[in-house]
Amino acid sequence: MIRRFPVFLFFAAILLTNLSPEAQGQCKAFARRICKGDLERYMHDGNYHAAILTEGEEAELYKTFYADQEYRIAICGDDGLPDIEFRVMDIQRNILYDNSENEFGGTWDFRLESSQQLMIWVRAPSVNPGREPASGCVAILFGLSTR
Amino acid sequence: MGSKNTMPFLISLFAISAAILLPGGCAGNCSRQDSDRDFTIDLPEDQSEDMERVKQIFYSLPSPLETALILKSSGAVFNEDLLNPVENVSRYMTNKSMAVNLGVYTTDLSYASLFDQPQISIDYMNAAKRLADNLGIIDAVDSETLERLEANINDREVIMDIVSETFMNSSSFLQESNREPVAAMMLTGGWIEGLYLALHQVDEDDIEQSRMVRIILDKKLSLEIVMLLLRQNSHNDDVASLMDEVRRIEDIYSKIEITRSPIEVDRDRDDGVTVLRSTTDARLDREVFRELKSTVTEIRTSFVS
Repeated sequence: MIRRFPVFLFFAAILLTNLSPEAQGQCKAFARRICKGDLERYMHDGNYHAAILTEGEEAELYKTFYADQEYRIAICGDDGLPDIEFRVMDIQRNILYDNSENEFGGTWDFRLESSQQLMIWVRAPSVNPGREPASGCVAILFGLSTR
Repeated sequence: MGSKNTMPFLISLFAISAAILLPGGCAGNCSRQDSDRDFTIDLPEDQSEDMERVKQIFYSLPSPLETALILKSSGAVFNEDLLNPVENVSRYMTNKSMAVNLGVYTTDLSYASLFDQPQISIDYMNAAKRLADNLGIIDAVDSETLERLEANINDREVIMDIVSETFMNSSSFLQESNREPVAAMMLTGGWIEGLYLALHQVDEDDIEQSRMVRIILDKKLSLEIVMLLLRQNSHNDDVASLMDEVRRIEDIYSKIEITRSPIEVDRDRDDGVTVLRSTTDARLDREVFRELKSTVTEIRTSFVS
């Protein structure tokens, strides 16, 4: 059951505080200026996925990845945020990749033998609960190998 | 009360959409499952705690660039006759026709670009610019971009980068202006154009051997997301009518059963690229193929004419 009123309040608060055009515009500039460079030899597919996260918050992205294509996932967060955690999971939420096991690297390169629907989970971890949590843009970009 | 009832409202707040991206502000138990149980999105049952953590959920479709790349790597050839002629651009006067055909033209643009058709790419970039301008999408394609495109007419890497940047501009503009129905229609137009191009690359007498058939079967995965996007924006009359058309395609895909094995991760590779190993079992009957091709062609023709 969805509790409609709290849902309304929750999302209205986000609308008013975090998703202003100015904030989103800054997020776009961040994604273009910082994250796109992390794709390196991979061609950016043109998709734009970014959200303003506060420490402790998560975002999820679902996407179809195609057989025999080589992809790079690039995740990056504002300097004010701790290292962004990300995991790639299948539709049963089995973990296929976890960047916490790889020094919190911001990219992962992979290829698929058959097309799959995968979920990318990202979190701005809360590293210092005693202080005011930081907020900032977190962007998820996809690169395609053209080799 | 199903979670689907919250979708239009949530999406109206959160949609981040463009030719290829759709928003999925789903704050609860949003479980989607197709008839063959090969694609399910399970979100947490108890949203009260997760709402605080999972701030945003995105559903992302293949971009036109990715669609073109997949077509090419599957052995497609370039056929200009399959494209929506740029001369048609002046016909599109309604919001729906402009949005859908912006998706069609961006997919055609990507297809032409990837197959080294520079002049055609410029023509389709101009057509896309005209529709984007008419839809009020500011600076999706500016004059500087067109000049850069013309100055690098033989450099495919630069052209692809310009196409990518154009999508990103459109995507972010629509996000900032909360115009989800326009984005949903544009996305759907592009998705159908990709399917149309794939279907017309297959020799009906050689379905069993065609590599393109796998692309057509895989479209079933992203069709789920197309339908989700349209449902989320179905408060808009244009989107609702488009949804009726796409539902005809969904009905045909429901006749195709696809099963996938669990994924095995092979990460110990010299090139540093992890391989996700799995197999797919699916079959496309000739009769179903013909029905799909006929229906998609009919719908696409209704869009572009």
